[in-house]
Amino acid sequence: MARVVVDPITRIEGHLRIEVETKGGIVTDAWSSGTMFRGLELILKGRDPRDAWVFAQRACGVCTTVHALASVRAVENALGLVIPTNARLIRNLIAGIQYVQDHVIHFYHLHALDWVDVVSALSADPARTSDLAQSISAWPLSSAVYFKGVRDRLQAFVDSGQLGPFANGYWGHPAYALPPEANLLAVAHYLQALDWQRDVIKIQAILGGKNPHPQTYVVGGMAMGVDPNSPTALTVRRLSEIAELTARARDFVEQVYVPDVLAVAGFYKDWAGHGAGIGNYLSYGDFPEGAPDDPRSFYLPRGRILGRDLSKVLPVDQASVAESVAHSWYTYEGDETALHPWKGQTNPKYGGPKPPFDTLEGSATYSWLKAPRYEDQPMEVGPLARMLVAYASGQADVKTAVDDALGALGVGPEALFSTLGRVAARAIETSLLVNRLGVWQRDLEANLKTGDLAIADTSRWDPTSWPDHAEGWGFEEAPRGSLGHWIVIDKGSITNYQMVVPSTWNGSPRDAAGHRGAWEEALIGTPLADPERPVEILRTIHSFDPCLACAVHVHDPAGGPGVTVSVV
Amino acid sequence: MGGAATNRSGPVPVGGDGSPPAPDPTEQAHGAHGRAREPAGTNGEDSILQFLAARGISRRAFLRFCGAMAAALALPAGYGPQIAKALSTAPRIPLVWLEGQDCAGNTEGFLRASHPTVAELVLDTLSLNYHETIMAPAGRAAEKSLSDTITASPGQYIAVVEGAVPVAEDGTYCLIAGRTFRSMVEEVCGKALLTITVGTCAFDGGLPAASGGPTGAAGVAAIVPGAKVVNLPGCPMNVQNLTATIVHYLTFGALPATDSLGRPYFAYGQLLHDQCERRAHFDAGEYVLSWGDEGSRKGWCLYKMGCKGPETFANCPTVRFNDRTSWPVKAGHGCVGCTMPRFWDQMSPFYRRLSNPPGFAVDVTADQIGLGLVGAVAALSVAHGTVSYVRARRAGDHEAAGESGPVPTIVLPEPGEPGAGAPPTSPPGASGGGEVS
Repeated sequence: MARVVVDPITRIEGHLRIEVETKGGIVTDAWSSGTMFRGLELILKGRDPRDAWVFAQRACGVCTTVHALASVRAVENALGLVIPTNARLIRNLIAGIQYVQDHVIHFYHLHALDWVDVVSALSADPARTSDLAQSISAWPLSSAVYFKGVRDRLQAFVDSGQLGPFANGYWGHPAYALPPEANLLAVAHYLQALDWQRDVIKIQAILGGKNPHPQTYVVGGMAMGVDPNSPTALTVRRLSEIAELTARARDFVEQVYVPDVLAVAGFYKDWAGHGAGIGNYLSYGDFPEGAPDDPRSFYLPRGRILGRDLSKVLPVDQASVAESVAHSWYTYEGDETALHPWKGQTNPKYGGPKPPFDTLEGSATYSWLKAPRYEDQPMEVGPLARMLVAYASGQADVKTAVDDALGALGVGPEALFSTLGRVAARAIETSLLVNRLGVWQRDLEANLKTGDLAIADTSRWDPTSWPDHAEGWGFEEAPRGSLGHWIVIDKGSITNYQMVVPSTWNGSPRDAAGHRGAWEEALIGTPLADPERPVEILRTIHSFDPCLACAVHVHDPAGGPGVTVSVV
Repeated sequence: MGGAATNRSGPVPVGGDGSPPAPDPTEQAHGAHGRAREPAGTNGEDSILQFLAARGISRRAFLRFCGAMAAALALPAGYGPQIAKALSTAPRIPLVWLEGQDCAGNTEGFLRASHPTVAELVLDTLSLNYHETIMAPAGRAAEKSLSDTITASPGQYIAVVEGAVPVAEDGTYCLIAGRTFRSMVEEVCGKALLTITVGTCAFDGGLPAASGGPTGAAGVAAIVPGAKVVNLPGCPMNVQNLTATIVHYLTFGALPATDSLGRPYFAYGQLLHDQCERRAHFDAGEYVLSWGDEGSRKGWCLYKMGCKGPETFANCPTVRFNDRTSWPVKAGHGCVGCTMPRFWDQMSPFYRRLSNPPGFAVDVTADQIGLGLVGAVAALSVAHGTVSYVRARRAGDHEAAGESGPVPTIVLPEPGEPGAGAPPTSPPGASGGGEVS
């Protein structure tokens, strides 16, 4: 047995440590440790519920906007507000472009370097790279001259002796399987995607004032004025800018991102046999296309799959969620028992070794993340969970797109339950949503044409209109998976605020029953060619797109019914 | 400024015809960073042309960027060539970007850089040796990238810090590679040429330091009091201000002038309210009164919806975000004052209108009027002949203030003197930041 430690796990958001045990070059056990805590929910107590989204949004700057949306939904749910059609569509557009931009960044800038050997790209032949590019896509930037320019630029960079963020990468590792030309193609698109992401996210700046952390949400709707006849509001001109940016987003996704994913996957089909994980999948569903709070109107459906059984989509009930702290850095009386978030008590209690330390081995508790469970079972959340729930629910768009991708790779649906499956599901989801953006943008135009300029339900803006006590919850599907916020309001102030977030589901430590979390389980069986350079661990962990911004659980100083929360 | 900056520091002569000046001897550049393998060129013009050609950048685009930077820093147009020369000098200056109690929002902001683009910054201008969100290596290999930089270039790299530093419970609220983030900041910033904090959390503790936060979160200047620190608060910071700060340093070998909180005047020297495109509506008494009302559609002033622009020093209205696309007020929501000390507590509730009616004061800075001192702003306007009523703003009174707040009083301090309603607290970053010249 040998222990391999990877800390920091880089190319993620936040602070994550992975420790594994190996035998004969195979991972036999794994531990996931979130190593940063902020206490956001405690900070929210006593504040104005209308302010909560501004605070909550700062849970994460990578999946920005999603916590803001979950937060306003929780308050709207508590106060019984139904947002107007314009606000619903603007929120869909903001959240939709978030998926598209975030997924593409994830592939090129966070995940690709696990599959792409940058140094190998230097020996690529530009003409053959051009042939490869033109064989998989009609994307115009594909001439031999262009690829020669990229290669020369890369060569000049390497010759400078200053490799910057690419220094000490695992270049030349035997697990890299792409030919030099595919590596050069990917490097070129890494750079193109940097420019592309900066431009397409301007949709959020138009609708939200800035990105990251757009700032036009309000409880009840949006702050932005909509009026085709006012130059200072959301006008027809602004809508046409959004349409142009959407078209640019779509071109890149369809002509660069999706073909690249399929091409890279073709060289790594063995990774359809690694990283399967726990096989339980959860999606809250999102993107309302009718009544904002009716899951039946959601473009991406709500549901749950157990044991990889795609013949059954089970319902989701928030009452079935409970969190365990048995192996987390928290304590409370009877803490071997998992509690529903509303009933949770949490007292932070660091149980790791005194820093600096080399390993968490021997620490019974080992993470700032709690362990959320659904009916005592660990669940995987994220693009793969959403695509599987939609596929098994018979959602027509998803079924077609998934079947097309499987056909292109020549594999069956079982290949989805894997590291490679997560990569493919994220690309499929992106191609679906980038097309859906156009639908919502046209719906918004059509609604404005009817003369409907309503943007917010302000009937409960004044706190004197609120009941003395109110409770609410808001679900959101973030790019990384199912996100829930819960709020309790007493006499106009927040008395309880909780977030249970995607990377807590996926990255949780063991629960009281000893069930591993999704990342831990997915690492079992992973081959490691060189334990000193564990790129295979990165491949599977990155396939979940971890985001640990604040694996937070809150200490309630009064010791009362608790605020318990986890965030990512 | 440390001696390490020699190749960047000191006046760089500009040719009388505006042509780029002769470069420093390349040996000197090598000595400064010890990393160079290849000189960028043998004379200024060739050097720039080679630099651009090797990177596939058109000369025109590069000079346009330099012109934009000169404008951002309020430099005469003739500085463009000097900036171009500074940026094209090899070797690239090493940069270490640390993340603590953060959300990576400033990293995302960095990725949105447009003039220059992040690719140009990372590939051509800087050597981004350590940035956990971006770098290829992980685990021990990542640690090596950090230790290599510190060992090879002590006192010669720029440290950028994003996120707060927790000090409670022996620092165990943020651990990286088995060590506390605090120890990492102490080592990296302690040995850096200079440190730039990005975002409000690294400035003064930000969100985790807000009331109720249990982790003892602090800003960088409070943790490493001896370090040279320049602060770029904001949630997130505007990347244009980061780029301009770095360009200023590379061009002149010195940080831009800052206020007593270590914030550069070029970015934080003016009240947001005085630069706001909706200001005319404030002056005309035209306000948004309800979300979606006529005023909100017509772009009227958001003061009565809680906008904190009258108390906030920032250049958001002029620089905007995302390649100048927009900023919150333009998009219809008030400013939340995110560049200001302790804004999560001092500026919230965010929808409560400021208790101090803003006045008119176009040329004041945060230092002239005292920190976060709207009372003084309004008082200055009195000095300018405009009658204003000013309410005292006391520490921690935000719950009590508002519509039923204290009775208005008139205060008449001298301009530049802290008046009634003294600032509640100075952030821990204030002293360290103040050392920046």
